[in-house]
Formats: sequence, structure tokens, C-alpha cells
Amino acid sequence: MPDPPGLPRAESRELPAIEFRDVSFRRPGGPLVLDHFNLRVETGEVLALVGRSGAGKTTILKLVNRLLLPERGAVMVEGRDTREWEPIRLRRRVGYVLQDVGLFPHMSVAANVSVAPRLEGWPGERIDARVHELLELVGLAPQQFEARWPDELSGGQRQRVGVARALAVDPPVLLMDEPFGALDPLTRAELHAEFRRIQQRVRKTVIIVSHDMGEAFALGDRVGVVEEGTVIACDRPGVVAASRDARVRRLLDALPAVPR
Amino acid sequence: MNSLFSFWWSHRAELAALLGQHVLLVAVSTLVAVAVAVPLGVFAARRPRIAAPILGVANIVQTVPSLAMFGFLLPVPLVGGVGARAALVVLILYGLLPIVRTTIAGLRSIDPSIREAGVAMGMTPRELLRQVELPLALPSIVAGVRVAAVVGVGSATIAAAIGAGGLGEYIYRGLSMVDTTVILAGAIPAALLALLVDGSLLWLERQLSARRRSRSPRAVIGAAAVIAVFVLFSSGVAARRASGAIVVASKNFTEQLVLGELVAQALEREGLPVSRRLNLGGTLICDRALLTGDADVYVEYTGTALTAIFHQPIQPDSATVFESVRAMYARTGRALLRPLGFNNTFAILVRGDEARSKQLKTIDDGARESPGWRAGFGYEFVGRPDGYPGLAKAYGLQFPAPPRVMDLTLTYRALAAGQVDVIAGDATAGLIKGLDLVQLEDNRHYFPPYDAAPVARAETLLRHPAMRVALERLGGRISADTMRSLNYAADVEHRDIPLIVRDFLDAGR
Repeated sequence: MPDPPGLPRAESRELPAIEFRDVSFRRPGGPLVLDHFNLRVETGEVLALVGRSGAGKTTILKLVNRLLLPERGAVMVEGRDTREWEPIRLRRRVGYVLQDVGLFPHMSVAANVSVAPRLEGWPGERIDARVHELLELVGLAPQQFEARWPDELSGGQRQRVGVARALAVDPPVLLMDEPFGALDPLTRAELHAEFRRIQQRVRKTVIIVSHDMGEAFALGDRVGVVEEGTVIACDRPGVVAASRDARVRRLLDALPAVPR
Repeated sequence: MNSLFSFWWSHRAELAALLGQHVLLVAVSTLVAVAVAVPLGVFAARRPRIAAPILGVANIVQTVPSLAMFGFLLPVPLVGGVGARAALVVLILYGLLPIVRTTIAGLRSIDPSIREAGVAMGMTPRELLRQVELPLALPSIVAGVRVAAVVGVGSATIAAAIGAGGLGEYIYRGLSMVDTTVILAGAIPAALLALLVDGSLLWLERQLSARRRSRSPRAVIGAAAVIAVFVLFSSGVAARRASGAIVVASKNFTEQLVLGELVAQALEREGLPVSRRLNLGGTLICDRALLTGDADVYVEYTGTALTAIFHQPIQPDSATVFESVRAMYARTGRALLRPLGFNNTFAILVRGDEARSKQLKTIDDGARESPGWRAGFGYEFVGRPDGYPGLAKAYGLQFPAPPRVMDLTLTYRALAAGQVDVIAGDATAGLIKGLDLVQLEDNRHYFPPYDAAPVARAETLLRHPAMRVALERLGGRISADTMRSLNYAADVEHRDIPLIVRDFLDAGR
């Protein structure tokens, strides 16, 4: 896999890949969703954010790829304020896997996966090769799946295509919003294993958002707990699980967990 | 039924030309409507505050009856007037609403997460529109195009009223001849065309919304190719209207069609190039066409010109009226030529049996009966100053209910069938003879003289010296009785007007 263009590795190790500096955000006319929010995500790590529905998890992701801009504070991606990023360039460097996948229903699997490469103007053979490579990476046999249509896929297969699509132009950052939320427990466990395997090969900086404590603990190098617009705990899974903080404990008990 | 098929067979070249014009009108207007409405819909879909007024205006346009719309556009420069151009403008206006509406609906029905996925992948608004939004809205847009095209096929029949051609010509011709066969000869192909358009666009819509959506470009290209071939073919057929020819116009009743054809053939016999634009929807349309140069000559009646065109008070003397009308025409660049020889005054008509049993001879006799009568009049008679209002005053008519207003040519049938008891027809109508109607004498000389005479653009007369010669030669050749038999041949015997005129001109040699 080609190295992503951008900052040299040595330099990006010193900087966090993503950093929220004292970020506040509110929906127009609504209450604060994020209140003086701070967060660091190191290059190549998987940060799993958990919290109740409506805790602002999706907002955090949309601030990273500039679908939203903060009211106060700054979101830094690769050391640069998202306000200063040209939005199209930023988004090509940040893969996004949506909660309900958002595959384009009028495009085949291959066409869905190759949207970003085509936007980037890659030559045809390179696109074909990349589609094959990605479908193999996410565990879908290319000959069998590339010509299929989104409504011919199972939920798990759609989610795999969604991941392949997000990885297409090899972005250094990957945002995943409840990516496995709609799947049955068996498929979900399968995809968790798959995700870990993929991440070992591609080493992306990943923020994954979930309301499932078990999923967060299974996937995250670190787990962040979001409550009322701030991070109340953020550490390695074992440390968070052992937390004595009452709010963290309450959440740990309340949120559903998948047995490991 | 047999007569219908034999009509089609004997008129097959004309039928093909009219069908071609019809298809061309609908295809061109629908394509232009798409080109305007889709961008408008895209624009409006993103700005709800603009969408409401755009849809509102389009809605209002749609509610204007098409005949009224043609009327509004008559005096408008560039887009108005008579002929295909004005018809296209009207058809385009009608096509806009359904397409704008379904474009907006199609774009708004797209799942927000799909749009968000596109934005998050770094699509520019333009890329998002072209690659995601428009393809997903396409089935909905095609549904709107289907509505627009089917409505267009229907509205295009009305376009014949302003000389745009198309299958409506048969419908209007049939209406003025009160000949069901001719009406059906135009109405049936128009209905079939509407069904064909509806069916094929429905098929396209289904193809597009079917699962294999991305195969759709092939279906779209295929359908576009079929339409393109059809349009090219039609335009080839329709383009036979010669340019630079002398345009002969007429109003939309039998006598006018006969006179229009008479003028046309008379000019053709002088070797002049002629283009017929017969069956225009009324006096004012013909007058406007003559002013703007959309037509070069038609036959007008002196009394009609005096009151309806020049808005002068009624005068009883025929020679005075002719001279003052000729002077007013001359001031507007037009020449009134020698009268043809008959006076087509309004004829107050009653059924023959009633006239005989009650000894009705004059309108005064009729006025005594009027409290027990139902009247039926054409639109023009009811509105004109020399029409019903003045007549009622002059003779003290007292109908129990306001007159029923209907198409002039239908009033004869309505009278004969006993649905009304008195009508105002044309003194030269062939149906008077055919339906056993009796004309009540205008004993108080209420109606002004309506001497028929060709009126032509002075400029065209100068350009074609032979034209004046040919038209002057027609002067005085048609008595009221001659006119009545010509009309009778067309209205009652259902003979082809070009043949009637040809025989008449041959006989007079």
C-alpha cells in the first residue's frame, strides 16, 4: 500500500494526529453540545468514544472533518486548525464510516468503493486494482461482489463496503460512527475481529464512536467516556474499567456490553 | 368508422405533416421546459424560501386556460403573435410546473445520510449534484417530464387556434364543419400519441427506479436516441412550410376556410408561392397576424372591421362603411381590396317549422315570441357592440334566461335539435339550407353591412404585383347564394374544401 502523502512520520509522531483544544459547540439556538472539550488522539492509535445517545459523539466526528465548525476553541488535524484546512482536501484525508453506512444506492459495490479515487482523478487501471485490493482487505471476494448493488448485500457486507470506501484513497485518519451498531451480535463480533486485523495492516489514526461499552473496550487502544459535553475519563481500557469515578461507574453499569 | 379510415387514407400526406408538427411542438417545448425547469428545481430545492414563490407562480401559470394564454401572448413582441413560436412559448410555460415540482421532490426525498456521505468524502457541491443527487432524483424528474409531455400533447391541439399546426387543425376544422369524422381524425391520433408518450416515459421511469440504476445511462441514451430520430423525422415532414411564401390566413369557420382556400388557390394559379395558415381562432388573431406580418392576406367583413377592429360606431350604409374601413386599413399599412360580392350579415335564425306555423317573417315578429324562447349565441356575437346587446335594445328582446353561449358552429345544431329556439348565425351558412332554418328579416336595419373583401399587407402587394391582380379578379364573383352553396358543399355534403374551391374556380374560367 502506498504511503499517504503529507507530513513526514517523525514530525507527526510529535504532534497529536487530532487535537480538540477547549472546543465548545452548540446547535443553532440549542444548548451546548460540547463544553470546553479537550481531547488528543495520537497518530496510529484507535480511540473509542462511548457515551449515551445525544452525548455529542457524532458532533465530535463531524468537527474533525469540518462538516461542523466549533463555536469556540479549535480542532487541530495534523497540527492545523480545521478552519484553515481547505474542506475538500481535509475530507479526502479523513475517511468517514457512517452509522447507517450511506452507500450510494445507484452505484455498484465497485463504483461505491471507487468514488474518492475517481474524484481524485486516478487512472482506470489503478482504480480497478485498488478496488480489488480493498475488497480483499475487508473480506469480500472481488469477483463475487464488485458488480453487486447495495440492496443485494447483507448488513455486515454493506458495512464492510463502507469501510473499504472510507479507506479508498488511503487517508491517514478514519472516523467511524457506530459502524457496527445495526448488526446482530455474531456478525458484530466477526467484524470486530476483522477490524483489528485490518487496523494491524493499515495503522490508521481512528476515532470510533459507540454507545456499546463492550465494543469500545474490544476495539480501542484507549477508551474515552463522554458525558454532558466533556470527557470524564480517557485511558487504556483496563484503567477505565477499574475507574472509581461514580459517573463512569454508572455508565459502565448502564451501557450494554458484549461478553468478550 | 369506415369514413374515418378513408379520410385518413385520402389525407395521409397531410395527416403525416400534422402529426409531425404535433410531435415537434411537444418535443421541442418539453426539451426546453426540462432545460429550464431542472436547474430551477435544483436551485429552489436548496432554498425553501424561494421554492414556495417559484411553485406558486408556476401553479398560477398552469391554471390559465391555454386558449386564454394564447390570447394574452398575441400582442407580446418576439414571443407572441401567431404560429409555432407563440405556441411553443405557451407549451413551455405549461411544462415548467410539473418538472420543477418533481425535481424539488426528487432532491428532497434523498436520504440525508447519503448526501452526508458524499460531502464527507470530499465531494464539491457540483460533484455531489452530478454524481449523487441528480441520479437519485432522476426517476422523479422523469415522472414530471412525463406529465409535462402528456399535457403538452393535449395543449398542442389547441395551438392550432393560432396557426401552429398539429393535429388540432383537424379538430378545429371538424368543429367548424360540424363533421364528427374530421374531429375524430385529429382527436384519435392525438389521444394515441398521448398514450404512446405516457407509456414510453413510464417505461423509462420504471427502468430508472429499478434496482439496476447505474445501467440507466444506457436506457436514457436509448430513449433519447429514439426521441431524437422521431423529432428529426417529424421536423423533416413539418419543414415543408415554405418560407418567403405569401401567407394566407382565415378565421375558424367553414366560410372563412373556403374563402382562405379560394384566395390561396387564386394566388397559386398566378404562380405565386403560397403558405396556408387557415383556421386561426378569431377576428383579432387574424388582424394581429396581418399587422405583425405573420400573415399577408385574409378575407374580412367590412362591418366586422369597422366595429371589432377599429371600434367605430355602426353605420347602415354599405358604401360608406367600405370607404371608411379602407381608409383606416390604409393608415395601418394594409389594403382593403374589391369586395367579393356578398354581404354576410348576422342572420337571426329560427327553425323552419316554427317560423311557418307562427308566420314569423321579421325580427319584430320574433321579438314578440322572445319571452318564451331560449337563445344560443357564439362568443363573438355576445361580446361585440354590434352583436347581442345592441340587438336586444333595438328590438326589445326579452328572453326569460340569459342566452347560452357556445361555439358558433354548434349553435346551428343546437337550434335544429330544439335545444335553443333562436340563434345568430351567418347569412351565408350552408347549414341554413341543410337544416331547414329560416332567417328573420332585419326590418329595423340594425346590423351593419358585412361585405366580404380581401385585406392584405400593402408591403406584400408591392412585392408581388400579380397578387393584387389575382385578388381583384375575385371581386364581385361570389353572390350570397354562391357562398351559401359553397358552404353547403363543405358543411352538409362534407366535400373537401380544396376540391370545392378548385371546381368553383374551374367552372368560372
